[in-house]
Amino acid sequence: MTNQLFSGTGSLSRFILRRDRIRIPIWILSFVFATVATAVAFIGLYENAQERQAIASTMGNPAMTAMVGPGYGLANYTSGAMMAHQMLLMTAVVVGLMSVLLVIRHTRTDEEEGRIEMVRSLPVGRLSNVAATLLVLFLVNIVLAILTGVSLYALNIESMELEGSLLYGAALGATGMIFASLTAVCAQLSHNARSAMGLSIGILLLAYIVRAIGDVGSEAVAWLSPLGWIVRSEVYVNNIWWPVLMTVGAAVVFGGLAMYLNSIRDLGAGFLPARAGKIHASPLLLSPFGLAFRLQRTGFIAWAISMYVLGASYGSVMGDMESFFADVDLMQDLLVPMEGFSLVEQFVPTLMAVMTIIATIPVLMAVLKVRGEEKNDRIEHVLGRAVSRNRLLGSYLLISLIASFVMISLAGLGLGTVADAVMEEGFDIGMAYQAALAYLPAVWAMIGVAVLLIGWLPKLTGFIWLYLSFSFFVIYLGSLFQLPEWVEKTTPFGYVSAIPLEQFDWLQAIVLTTVAILLIVIGFVGYNKRDIGK
Amino acid sequence: MTILKTAGLTKKFGDFAALDGVDIEVGKGEVYGFIGPNGAGKSTTIRVLLGILKATEGQATIFGKDVWKDAVGIHKRVAYVPGDVNLWPNLTGGEVIDLFIKLRGGNNKSRREELIRRFDLDPSKKCRTYSKGNRQKVALVAALSSDADLYILDEPTSGLDPLMERVFQECVREAKAEGKSILLSSHILSEVEQLCDKVAIIRQGKIIEKGTLKELRHLTGTMLLVETKEPMPNLAEVKGVQGIEQKDGALSFQVDQEELDHVVRYVSGFGIIRMESAPPTLEELFMRHYEGTGTGGAL
Repeated sequence: MTNQLFSGTGSLSRFILRRDRIRIPIWILSFVFATVATAVAFIGLYENAQERQAIASTMGNPAMTAMVGPGYGLANYTSGAMMAHQMLLMTAVVVGLMSVLLVIRHTRTDEEEGRIEMVRSLPVGRLSNVAATLLVLFLVNIVLAILTGVSLYALNIESMELEGSLLYGAALGATGMIFASLTAVCAQLSHNARSAMGLSIGILLLAYIVRAIGDVGSEAVAWLSPLGWIVRSEVYVNNIWWPVLMTVGAAVVFGGLAMYLNSIRDLGAGFLPARAGKIHASPLLLSPFGLAFRLQRTGFIAWAISMYVLGASYGSVMGDMESFFADVDLMQDLLVPMEGFSLVEQFVPTLMAVMTIIATIPVLMAVLKVRGEEKNDRIEHVLGRAVSRNRLLGSYLLISLIASFVMISLAGLGLGTVADAVMEEGFDIGMAYQAALAYLPAVWAMIGVAVLLIGWLPKLTGFIWLYLSFSFFVIYLGSLFQLPEWVEKTTPFGYVSAIPLEQFDWLQAIVLTTVAILLIVIGFVGYNKRDIGK
Repeated sequence: MTILKTAGLTKKFGDFAALDGVDIEVGKGEVYGFIGPNGAGKSTTIRVLLGILKATEGQATIFGKDVWKDAVGIHKRVAYVPGDVNLWPNLTGGEVIDLFIKLRGGNNKSRREELIRRFDLDPSKKCRTYSKGNRQKVALVAALSSDADLYILDEPTSGLDPLMERVFQECVREAKAEGKSILLSSHILSEVEQLCDKVAIIRQGKIIEKGTLKELRHLTGTMLLVETKEPMPNLAEVKGVQGIEQKDGALSFQVDQEELDHVVRYVSGFGIIRMESAPPTLEELFMRHYEGTGTGGAL
């Protein structure tokens, strides 16, 4: 019987390792490297206990607890405690994501592509593929745990002793294992790879949110989420092992459940009812704009939420920033106080620059989608019907413009509203919003460059990402590297008024907007003249 | 009445001439077959006709209008099925059909339902789950539901099973009966032979033969299969005889049209037991043009 179910599991495991011989090492090494780099950075950033205590005093607020988990060892905030408290949960979530992606890849995706069918036609057990996938994932997470633990210990940092370092690694590995098993269960439940992936990532996010609610509100709720267990190992302070061991145990149980479900279903089938799709299109879909929006809807919403969360997370630290700046000497050197502005206010333009450059990513993606559709040979369905090129490109441009307004507004409002909620003296939301909107003309200029490329140099549209990265580098790090003034003027983001420190410069904004319009018009002319195709 | 006409149509990609002086003409109510191997220029021609590619030289008109300048106006009366149907994975077949019908500017609900039934398509499935054949059905249903005057079909049946292929042929005949014109690009020669009134053969971007099937056959000649009492030792030396092959004790060969009388007289001298004659199939016509010329494709 065992032979019937598990025959060939070993060979399949080796085959999975062979297929992912590059992918898996990259994942593992990225985690080890990122963890070690963060630990080293923390040591460099906070040189003494006094500076660490300053940051510890900012960790008590609910927003921080919701984000990184409950504070522990705050009375004596050692480098180790700080590292584990601030980094463990975030890293664990990404490890969980790695497990989700790898498990779906080797279960439901292979099944959907018909590869499992070919494997099953060989003398291979019914459960061998699921078993091999979980075996490999457990192995990957164990290696990840050991490498991370040993690397942290090897840094030879006083407060990061051997046991704590190994527990740190183990906590990451255990998270990877439990989400590998949960994903394997989801892969049995759904009919296809995409919905299995959505379900798994949904569970990961839910685990994070339930833990956040529990950590802030009631302890009992936090225990409903495996991520709540992980943060209760209090690495480098109390080194509690059993929550981590419990997670591994749960991983084994859910792995068993996945195999049971796999054994009682047909190949290609699932347990959740397959929702029949729509037989007729909604009237909202029936135009080039409707189609363009529908294709990007999910991404658009996800980016919109992310931008608000990004703004909110910057806002959440505003309250404690002032006291932090007062305590840390380094920061006082960096930020030269200006007459009439608080340190927090001085920080607003820098934050806005970073956030708007990030917000420009979905904005550019929206308009570049038209080029993606062209490369995928789908644009001819639209142009082959009674749709002009202007209307087609215009639809994608319109979505891009809407995105520019929505994304930047949400980032600014996220920062403003949350900062206002956490700061004792309150925060001017209107000012934050104005500071954000001041960046719109610069974003439009970037859209202009993208449209120009789409119209005249379609093969080089990727150049826009290079230009955006360059802008980020120049704006964010320019002052740090003491770059000359003119370098900043090579990107549209260098022509934005730094509200609240400066007055809004209307002339500058109008010139930038005019340039944007000009670039867009030239881009349209090119798009009307050129061949459509790869 | 001419619906579609190209004159000296040339398309160059850099130095490479994908089309080199293509002349075709489709009349009203005609089914026009456009045949040639992959890479010969069929799809490029069609993309120029749709105003997606701009011709380097020459003219192309549909309904008397320039295909590049009046693309949108022309497309209101044209229905198109591409050879490689790529659809949006997260939309259902039904949604895509509705979208396509709407973008062209028509609306014929009953026709849509009838075609979905005839092509046996499940419109509630997401396009990512469709096979090549099903994606082609989506494009065909969308194109055939629309009340167009010209149908441009680029290898529309390459993924269909024989039953669906028959449904497709019925639909084409119905459209023809309603006086619609059809440009059918294909390399399934039996399909072209059954459906088309006229045929153009393209090779390396050039039209090498065109006309009605009857005219093309006339150019080539007749296939004869002959079994005689006595052997015919010198048949190969008779004028107008080509491609002799042994088949089940009989000889099969091709005879030039103008020499037919002369050849039959010669053959009868050996005592005919059995004689069959057939017009050459399109495949034989086609092969005649391609044999000995390498791949024939432009790429």
